Amino acid sequence: MNKARLMQGNEAVAEGALAAGVLFYAGYPITPSTEIAEKMAERLPLIGGTFIQMEDEIGSMAAIIGASLTGVKSLTATSGPGFSLKQENLGYAIATEVPCVVVNVQRGGPSTGLPTSPAQADVMQARWGTHGDHPIIALTPSSVQECYELTVKAFNMAEEFRIPVILLMDEVIGHLREKVVLPEELTIVDRKRSTLPPGDYIPYENNESMIPAMANFGEGYRYHVTGLTHNEKGLPTGNPEVTKKFMQRLTQKLNPYLDRIQLVEELYLDDAELIVIAYGCTARSAMEGVHMARNLGIKVGLFRPITIWPFPQEQLEKHADRKYLVVEMNNGQLVGEIERIFGYKAVERLNRIDGELITPKEVLDRIREVL
Amino acid sequence: MVTAIHDTRVIVTNEWCKKCGICIAFCPKKVLESDELGRVNVAKPDQCIACRICERLCPDFAINIEVTKE
Amino acid sequence: MFNDIAQYFRTETLPHIWCPGCGIGTITAAIIRAIKTLQLDQNKVIFVSGIGCSSRMPGYLDFNTIHTTHGRALPFATGIKAARPELDVFVVMGDGDSTAIGGNHLIHAARRNIDLTAIVINNSIYGMTGGQTSPLTPHEKRGTTSPFGNLERPFQVLEVAKAAGATYGARATAYHNQLLTKLVMDAYNNSGFSIVEAISQCPVSYGRRNKFKTPADMLLWQKEHAFKAGQQPGGEEDFQIGEIFKRQAPEYTHEYERLRQRLREGR
Repeated sequence: MNKARLMQGNEAVAEGALAAGVLFYAGYPITPSTEIAEKMAERLPLIGGTFIQMEDEIGSMAAIIGASLTGVKSLTATSGPGFSLKQENLGYAIATEVPCVVVNVQRGGPSTGLPTSPAQADVMQARWGTHGDHPIIALTPSSVQECYELTVKAFNMAEEFRIPVILLMDEVIGHLREKVVLPEELTIVDRKRSTLPPGDYIPYENNESMIPAMANFGEGYRYHVTGLTHNEKGLPTGNPEVTKKFMQRLTQKLNPYLDRIQLVEELYLDDAELIVIAYGCTARSAMEGVHMARNLGIKVGLFRPITIWPFPQEQLEKHADRKYLVVEMNNGQLVGEIERIFGYKAVERLNRIDGELITPKEVLDRIREVL
Repeated sequence: MVTAIHDTRVIVTNEWCKKCGICIAFCPKKVLESDELGRVNVAKPDQCIACRICERLCPDFAINIEVTKE
Repeated sequence: MFNDIAQYFRTETLPHIWCPGCGIGTITAAIIRAIKTLQLDQNKVIFVSGIGCSSRMPGYLDFNTIHTTHGRALPFATGIKAARPELDVFVVMGDGDSTAIGGNHLIHAARRNIDLTAIVINNSIYGMTGGQTSPLTPHEKRGTTSPFGNLERPFQVLEVAKAAGATYGARATAYHNQLLTKLVMDAYNNSGFSIVEAISQCPVSYGRRNKFKTPADMLLWQKEHAFKAGQQPGGEEDFQIGEIFKRQAPEYTHEYERLRQRLREGR
């Protein structure tokens, strides 16, 4: 029998992480994500895990990469200002292909902004915050249930694709309390480990899967990890040919697996003339707005990307030749993707940047304006 | 007291040596000299007392003293 | 004899990139001799470094090695050690790496007293980027960013670490490399945050701009300005070598394991 519990979003992230097998957390207090750290501080030592509060977010990001390299699933959580501080080491984890999960419970920005208010204005930072060409995965929950489930999925993806996964939440979802049904069994994915004898192990092999097998520090596979562009053995290189091969693999390594990475929810799209696109906390208001419109006989639907990056382009393209309304708590960020796909003329916006939630009525009114 | 006769050989790995001159400057027995290109030349190998100062100071791991005891 | 320690190197990566006469190679060999004497299991040894000349060291060494971001070697190492306390974690940093951008991590790793062997290779300059002034550049000395002489006074990095809570501090030089080997062994054997300052000559970026003709002159300077405990410093530039401080304090990973134990027993 599935166990149902009343949980806060942030708490559900912690529980999901434990369910995924996380045994290491490093973090730094920051509203509105601190409950995640507090919960991990209580739970991890009870199950042989380790919690450490670092001196800043930069150190927190560094610590989880170090821990993950020893084979321990590792989590950190923060909000906008901390997310900005973590960018360099996030790029390090991407370049060295070390699995880990970084939670960003978004709050009003920029700068110190509105610490206790929701916003969705770190979307492009989640994609391009760190420098250089690179892949990234970012998932966005719209409910406390999804906080739990997406944390598990985030770790599964991080482990499978040897990449940091960003769980892009917001203050509302983080602090909301809702019923969560804890699934009986969960599929937990662990990193592909090398079975070769240590001498033959190639840590950054350009193999056909594009995801090299991993070997944990301290288990007999002595190899080098560096943020410098490196060859297949993990040693620094300046050779253009080797660099090109590495960069091609790195930037394309998610492409064969998009069907399993790009999660979306679709509602009433078949006959929809207008498709509302919304994610995170805003998707809840958008869904209600869409229901209200449908009750008035308006042919409108909802496309909710759960995976924000890589953007689910293929799924959205199935619903071409419609009008699109992108609803976001920012000045227009994910809307750029929809405009890129369908041309900006087909795309309308509804934005709010005052720290207040977009209401279902506002969505309904905008739907009627646009149609 | 009979001192062991031992044969010491001074081996320089030229591919690694960056000609910094440290070994030449610090050899107490002036065994080493630099040639016109600054390369290490083991001028008086038989003077070597295997004190290994050159070996330990060499930044390039490029000088090795082999001592074979009779 | 390099052959005695060759097994600890990725010899296919040599010769290394350090400049002619640079002390980092000398210091590397001294550290490796310590690991050999300690007979550590190469599979359990982790070398963590930041960014800079000395931070290229792990790439040449046949251990589990990680070359991280500038100034962040200590938090990376903290994650490794906290997650797997049974590993032997060595952290190699330059003076800029450890006391400038990484200064905050240095004082917190020391405060936590986590069992890491931190080796700060102090060449008084930012070498990799071509000779800029660092927090350990002596007062009035020249760097490309203090062309008229350094207006600032340097840190005493061991004093900073001691004040922050480190439980072992020692200093040696490239010249005193046998002493350095011994101090690295003592640092490793200290259960807690141990820091060894290894003074190194940087002929190309520092020496050339500060009246040193040759690498050998810089080594001689190290020899002439070092004094041992009990001796008196000869002048302003003199520095003490050997063990500087050692004391007891709870070590982070032991405390954490005791907590886990206590919780397991339901206390």
